[in-house]
Amino acid sequence: MNSLLEHYQNMLRIRRVEEAIAARYSEQQMRCPTHLSIGQEAAAVGVSASLTVKDKAYSSHRAHAHYLAKGGSLDALIAELYGKQTGCTGGRGGSMHLTDLSAGFVASTAIVGNSIPLAVGNALHQQVQKLDEISVTYFGEGATEEGAFYESANFAALRKLPVLFVCENNRYSVYSPLSVRQPESRSIVALANAIGLNAIEVDGNDVEQVAAATAELVKGIRNGDGPALIECHTYRHREHCGPNFDDDLGYRPEDEVAHWLARDPVTLLQQKLLDLGASAQQLEALDGKIGSEIANAFELAQVADFPNPDDNERFVYAE
Amino acid sequence: MQSNQTTTFAEQINQAQHQAMQDDPAMLAFGLGISDPKGIFGTTTGLAESFGHERVFDMPTAENGMTGIGIGAALAGSRVLMTHQRLDFFLLAMDQLVNNAAKWHYMFNGQMKVPLTIRLIIGRGWGQGPTHAQNLQSWFAHIPGLKVITPSKTDAVAAQLYSAIMDDSPVIFIEHRWLHQQQCETSQIKPLTLRPEPVRVHKTGADYTIVANSYMVLESLIAARKLAELGIDAEVLETAELEPACWQPVYQSVAKTGRLLVCDSAHTSFSVAAEIISSVTERCFGQLKQAPLRLGLPDYPEPTSIALTKHFYPSADSITKKVMMSLQRELPASIQDADEHHSTRPHDVPGEWFKGPF
Ligand SMILES: Cc1ncc(C[n+]2csc(CCOP(=O)(O)OP(=O)(O)O)c2C)c(N)n1
Ligand SMILES: [Mg+2]
Repeated sequence: MNSLLEHYQNMLRIRRVEEAIAARYSEQQMRCPTHLSIGQEAAAVGVSASLTVKDKAYSSHRAHAHYLAKGGSLDALIAELYGKQTGCTGGRGGSMHLTDLSAGFVASTAIVGNSIPLAVGNALHQQVQKLDEISVTYFGEGATEEGAFYESANFAALRKLPVLFVCENNRYSVYSPLSVRQPESRSIVALANAIGLNAIEVDGNDVEQVAAATAELVKGIRNGDGPALIECHTYRHREHCGPNFDDDLGYRPEDEVAHWLARDPVTLLQQKLLDLGASAQQLEALDGKIGSEIANAFELAQVADFPNPDDNERFVYAE
Repeated sequence: MQSNQTTTFAEQINQAQHQAMQDDPAMLAFGLGISDPKGIFGTTTGLAESFGHERVFDMPTAENGMTGIGIGAALAGSRVLMTHQRLDFFLLAMDQLVNNAAKWHYMFNGQMKVPLTIRLIIGRGWGQGPTHAQNLQSWFAHIPGLKVITPSKTDAVAAQLYSAIMDDSPVIFIEHRWLHQQQCETSQIKPLTLRPEPVRVHKTGADYTIVANSYMVLESLIAARKLAELGIDAEVLETAELEPACWQPVYQSVAKTGRLLVCDSAHTSFSVAAEIISSVTERCFGQLKQAPLRLGLPDYPEPTSIALTKHFYPSADSITKKVMMSLQRELPASIQDADEHHSTRPHDVPGEWFKGPF
């Protein structure tokens, strides 16, 4: 129950952060495209449970959960959304370009499939340098349609690189369902296995499943068995980009939405904890603590200075 | 219908595609999100319903492969139109575009044609940042075999797109996101079958030639009005097609005024502005009264934070200022600080309608 509580705390924290961003986005102070992870927290938290701070993670446009679960600074994330000097890239990258090197979160990037090869390259470095660490690359199922995915997976398998591919399959790329993008019988896991990744799929809304499967795969990776892939079946609750719900557009079947909302990863875990004997007060206390941490992060971000445009020409080339 | 009915840039783009699909039953149109509920900012809405999902379809997130597939279909005889919500996403497909589409007709000695048009949208504002707002127009213009069209006005955009689609050579059609809402009276719309002018003269003037394309045409026209108030009669020309061989009106204008400022919506070095200035200099050297000038984006990536982008995009005021300074004329107080933003709306949105995030 202790590790479950920890998962719960981590997932709830991400949920509340994303909700706070959503609640304040319409104030128009966070002026950058923002892809929320609400509904997909279990994947990030379950995977991170097997990682150490030395392991290096890369992610995509939808990266807040991965960044936070890896230990990325909350204050620097919120400040980044506000475009402030204290943001994790000093306001240069915004929501889609996060980094916290001290936490082993190397980077997220905005072009679909774009960061997968980077994580594989990181793993190449780790292998050649015989480092006691691994790499992780988070991406959506849409990214498995890009050539960069196949090319990177192939090389990772060829060289038995220490890299974990984490595919969050939320069934959509923006408003486009899987049915217009991949053949109906496609199994991403079967595909990945055929390429040479040790691949398994799990219920991505069940953090215990994610954590157990990742632990197994990461053990193999650390053991030198080569790369692996975990496919987490999950669902995004809100619009693709932005703070709102968009189911009024009708692009997702109502029963599908209802099915997944009923399987909210945070609620599922909360129920489990209560069943195991956690007290409601205990969980509420957690929520309260998280709430004040988040309120503090927003306060800091709002009072922080903007970066100075006089420095815009810095770092075009290595200094 | 009344003559004062209005239409938008996005609607015109939409209509051109409908007409082309109707006129060429072998035409295909595809791209990420083209048949989704938002229809690429409304520019593709209704196409799939009208022409069926076999000919109009959403696609896998696979820009390079799908561009090759578009080229292959075009070689086989389908007219192909692809759309990308950002130019930045299309960078994955540069191999297919440059090594195949651009060269095929030439490389195979004229035996095959590539009737392919690729719509690319340039983002701007609301923190689009380093990878969602790049106008790499000069990359495409640099490649022999590609035509590059950069529309700016609602009256001509349908004719420009229609003619691009019907062209048997590959055409890159670059739309600036801030133009999609631009309105125009329907009575002003150019007929689809009218051959679009590669250079459009939007205002005649005797003192100064201002050349721009895409969104910068709008800023240039505002600047020209301001300059008129200040006693300078500027001529404003638009290079809607990025092809020096058809820029005759620009050369004629500079021969007349002897002065040139080129406004670019991309990084300044190695830009379209650079090409315009060297083409002009080669042809009008003797008539130039002063060194030609250019105004473009700075040569660093666009940062995301609103605090860092205030000076990133040249505005009507910065154009006015540049012209005034080159004439050693005194600047009115209102544009002394031309790089500051005067309007009441934040500088990172084109109008109140734009609330982010995309
Ligand atoms: C190469 C490229 N093509 C298109 C886009 C636009 N885009 C941004 S996010 C996204 C959805 C990708 O879907 P998926 O990988 O499943 O991630 P999800 O958003 O579902 O988390 C798309 C198409 C992009 N950023 N990059
Ligand atoms: Mg997805």
